Amino acid sequence: MDLSPIWLTLKLAAITTLLLFMLGLPVAWWLSKGRSFFKTFIEAIITMPLVLPPSVLGFYLLLAFSPQRGLGKWLQDNFDIQFVFSFKGLVLASFIYSMPFMIGPIKSALEQLPRSLAQASYTLGKTQWQTFKSVLLPNITPSLLTALVLTFAHTLGEFGVVLMIGGNIPNVTRVASIAVYDSVERMDYDAANQYSLILFAITFVMVIGVFIFNKYQAKSPLE
Amino acid sequence: MIDVSIQKSLKVYHGKKTLQVSHRFETGTITKIYGPSGAGKTTLLKIIAGLVQPEKGNISAGGEVWLDTDNSINLSPQKRMPGFVFQDYALFPNMTVMQHLKYATDDVAWIDRLLKFGKLETLTDHKPEHLSGGQQQRLAILRALAIKPKIVLMDEPFSALDPHRKTEIITGLIKIFQDLKATVLIVSHNPSELAGLATEELLITE
Repeated sequence: MDLSPIWLTLKLAAITTLLLFMLGLPVAWWLSKGRSFFKTFIEAIITMPLVLPPSVLGFYLLLAFSPQRGLGKWLQDNFDIQFVFSFKGLVLASFIYSMPFMIGPIKSALEQLPRSLAQASYTLGKTQWQTFKSVLLPNITPSLLTALVLTFAHTLGEFGVVLMIGGNIPNVTRVASIAVYDSVERMDYDAANQYSLILFAITFVMVIGVFIFNKYQAKSPLE
Repeated sequence: MIDVSIQKSLKVYHGKKTLQVSHRFETGTITKIYGPSGAGKTTLLKIIAGLVQPEKGNISAGGEVWLDTDNSINLSPQKRMPGFVFQDYALFPNMTVMQHLKYATDDVAWIDRLLKFGKLETLTDHKPEHLSGGQQQRLAILRALAIKPKIVLMDEPFSALDPHRKTEIITGLIKIFQDLKATVLIVSHNPSELAGLATEELLITE
């Protein structure tokens, strides 16, 4: 059995989760602080991958980053960067597609914290960053873990968007979900079953791990 | 001394009302702020702390302008640094009693004095969830005092204390306020609660 699609999938999920964590934290924090039309607009854009068919998102990414036109051509000509049919493209697509799974839980958790927590920190002379790091972040640990696991697990299961922008190139863009599809196409049900079982096992262990961790987390007296 | 002259529109059940306060709080005084529910007592404290901005007004403290809406001056809470006791305590669930105080100050001797005053010296490694309501409220008071504030704003600070503990705390607070030369504003729904502590009073009407 060729395990490269599994390793490629894990690599893709790890990179996507890391990048989304770095971007998702500040964005979720910014979104949680008050409301405005601009924030509502940005939130709607971030949420779109939840409701949009993956193939539609993949199609637009394919158009946007095609080396024959527009942005894709400009990136190719000036920086020699090609997103279409490359691992970089998979990372980009996964990043966009999994964004709501990282930002949503963190934003909700921050919104549910009493505003007086941050206010109390400010009156002690602490900056917004100190308050975020020392007060807000430690009090949303279960939601942070949920966001990380959801993002990772969701990236493992991506199919349509990854297929549209990455295709099916062994060792480059052939992730596990595509390997399953490809195996079924070739009537190789054994291989399809093995890939599926591995994906199922990984995601199940992760999800049940989060449930157990969150169950034994001490409850906040504010709840 | 704090000079306050503010106007803030408040949302109420039947629409809107205006909170309008003009008052001078002399240095070293302890003022009881009382009035009916929803009159804007908590909002007034938050406006003075810089946590809520009024539509119009001026606030100056110790000769420094904190707020001047005409000239777009509005100092942040971090620059005003009042000692603020929140009605819901606003304790940090992730921090122990000691961590709360160390988050506010590095002055170990001052922390020791506060812990003794609040009778929390045996509970330093306890998080808020493992403290009783009264202990949580005392921790909220200690945290506010940890920064040695010149201005102390307290929102219903004794509501969870039993009568005996309340008397003890009030006696200790009078000494601490004198040492800090602090100007103190205390919101209370019970006018008789602050007997022996408050030297002035301010009624906020609807």
